[in-house]
Amino acid sequence: MPQAPRQASPVFLDCTADRFVPFRHFWILTIMQVINDTPMSVVSQVAAATVSAQPLLVIENVSKVYPTPTGAYTVLENVNLSVREGEFICVIGHSGCGKTTLLNMVSGFSKPTTGSVRVNGKEVKEPGPDRMVVFQGYALLPWLTAFENIFLAVDAVHPDRPYSEKAAIVKENLALVGLADAADKKPPQLSGGMKQRVAIARALAIRPEVLILDEPFGALDAITKEELQEELLKIWNDHKCTVLMITHDIDEALFLADRLVMMTNGPAANVGEILEIPFPRPRDRARIMEDPEFYHLRNYALDFLYNRFAHDDE
Amino acid sequence: MTAGTLSNRKIASDNAFLKALIRNVVPPIVAVLIFCVIWQLFSTDTFPGPVQVIQDAFSAEDGPPLINPFHVGGAEDYWGTVFNAVVRGTGDTNIGLFWLVMSSLKRVAIGYSFAALIGVALGILVGVNNLLYRALDPIFQFLRVVPPLAWVPISLAALQMNEPAALFVIFITAIWPILINTAVGVKQIPSDYNNVAKVLRLSKQKYFFKVLIPATVPYIFTGLRIGIGLAWLAIIAAEIVMSGVPGIGFFIWDEYQNNYITGIIIALLYIGATGLILDRLVAWIGTKVSPA
Ligand SMILES: Nc1ncnc2c1ncn2[C@@H]1O[C@H](COP(=O)(O)OP(=O)(O)OP(=O)(O)O)[C@@H](O)[C@H]1O
Ligand SMILES: [Mg+2]
Repeated sequence: MPQAPRQASPVFLDCTADRFVPFRHFWILTIMQVINDTPMSVVSQVAAATVSAQPLLVIENVSKVYPTPTGAYTVLENVNLSVREGEFICVIGHSGCGKTTLLNMVSGFSKPTTGSVRVNGKEVKEPGPDRMVVFQGYALLPWLTAFENIFLAVDAVHPDRPYSEKAAIVKENLALVGLADAADKKPPQLSGGMKQRVAIARALAIRPEVLILDEPFGALDAITKEELQEELLKIWNDHKCTVLMITHDIDEALFLADRLVMMTNGPAANVGEILEIPFPRPRDRARIMEDPEFYHLRNYALDFLYNRFAHDDE
Repeated sequence: MTAGTLSNRKIASDNAFLKALIRNVVPPIVAVLIFCVIWQLFSTDTFPGPVQVIQDAFSAEDGPPLINPFHVGGAEDYWGTVFNAVVRGTGDTNIGLFWLVMSSLKRVAIGYSFAALIGVALGILVGVNNLLYRALDPIFQFLRVVPPLAWVPISLAALQMNEPAALFVIFITAIWPILINTAVGVKQIPSDYNNVAKVLRLSKQKYFFKVLIPATVPYIFTGLRIGIGLAWLAIIAAEIVMSGVPGIGFFIWDEYQNNYITGIIIALLYIGATGLILDRLVAWIGTKVSPA
């Protein structure tokens, strides 16, 4: 509950004043509401959060330049972002603006041209299981069953534990995504939603510090998508891992995230604005949809994407 | 009621089976018959037609090795001759075609096994190492298109003996498609799978058995299938040039030298059938072994 106001302050810091004008009064409203509920704790929370919390993930002055036949192509320029432990961050932006590029530098698949990405104060140099990725195309090995796919990951992270313990972890995580019965099925026998569940279970089973999801629900139908969003949120609530997730869906981001990172258009994209999403947790979709604030935030994000940073391809 | 519908259904399915049989079996039979008629029409004194071939094959004088695939001439000990021909690759060259095919197949088995083992191993090595791939791929592409027959003189010159030379020709003919397909298979491993391996920091061994091999097996078997076809092609070519060994390739050449066309035609049927069986066998193993 107190999470929402605690995160109110960075918004004011992150945003330039002129961009922020239409947005400010929501914030005051939200803060007022919460203060009315729990006046004392909020004030202390804000102070504590801004002073003590050392961010888990720091992206500092990161630029990424790809050499191309027609010259250097700057995808990202001067991207800054700090993520605290346990935060749920969604990243939104037009196709091709560099979201995957940014997350690839967090997962370690590519290196920033300049600047640095640090997790727990340590520079990210290569991929590792502490920053587990749920890939856009599931990336399950089709010749292994759901169980074996997850087991491969658990076994890689805990090579010295006995088989029975590892198997128990696998089963527990399969049950967590509601797939206990599909343990022995291979990916070709699973539906898209089930495959994504297995991929999420695999990622969760190794207890990463940062969970990175690249448009995990993009290919799913609306109902499955909502189901999975709720499952992901529940799991995140229980495990409190830090989540970095790319999405194209504003509603999804508003439902899931603590903060929504909105990227400007490429080339040389960066973080345009960061929207704080104050809905209390645990979140309930129906209640959020009734909240007028939801529509304010939604319109604000839509305005950002379709007016201020409209795609100028056509 | 139930019995009635059951038997009705059985009749229906019998009918369907019969129909499928007619659809699939009758056309090729008709095609073969038409082919034989045309062949008969074009036959001459020097090139016998089907009727002549059948007559010759059943004649007492030339018949036995052609008609009886297990024939062994002369009075000597039967199994001794077979053993010499098939296992040692020496001795009587005028034995039943089954044994001649076996004798050739033994050479193919040896040369092809080496080609498969070394081809797959080298293919993986070249596939995982970009520098090696860039260095060697053009050479492989070049060697791949050298016809089997072109290897015969050089391997004879190098090895001096018929048998090892024949094995080498098979090996060198069959290895390229196996090697190249394996390397391509390794290169084609979806980057998603490699990324999973990287993020999990899979050990080399785990990566090899859980990712690389399963992802590459279909490519390996494509290579093995092309390879077995070429190996069979090569043994015929090799035996034709290396005279005096019992084997179907030498047999066909010997028949030609003696101007005995019937033998050539019958040997041709054996060669085709064997090639087809080998191809299907490797394809079948491929479907059994291929994951998912
Ligand atoms: N290896 C590369 N070499 C050159 N340019 C690249 C490379 N990888 C990505 N790019 C370019 O960088 C830009 C950003 O790509 P990226 O995949 O990060 O976009 P994205 O925001 O994830 O898009 P989408 O929403 O469609 O997934 C694109 O214009 C792309 O063409
Ligand atoms: Mg992307």
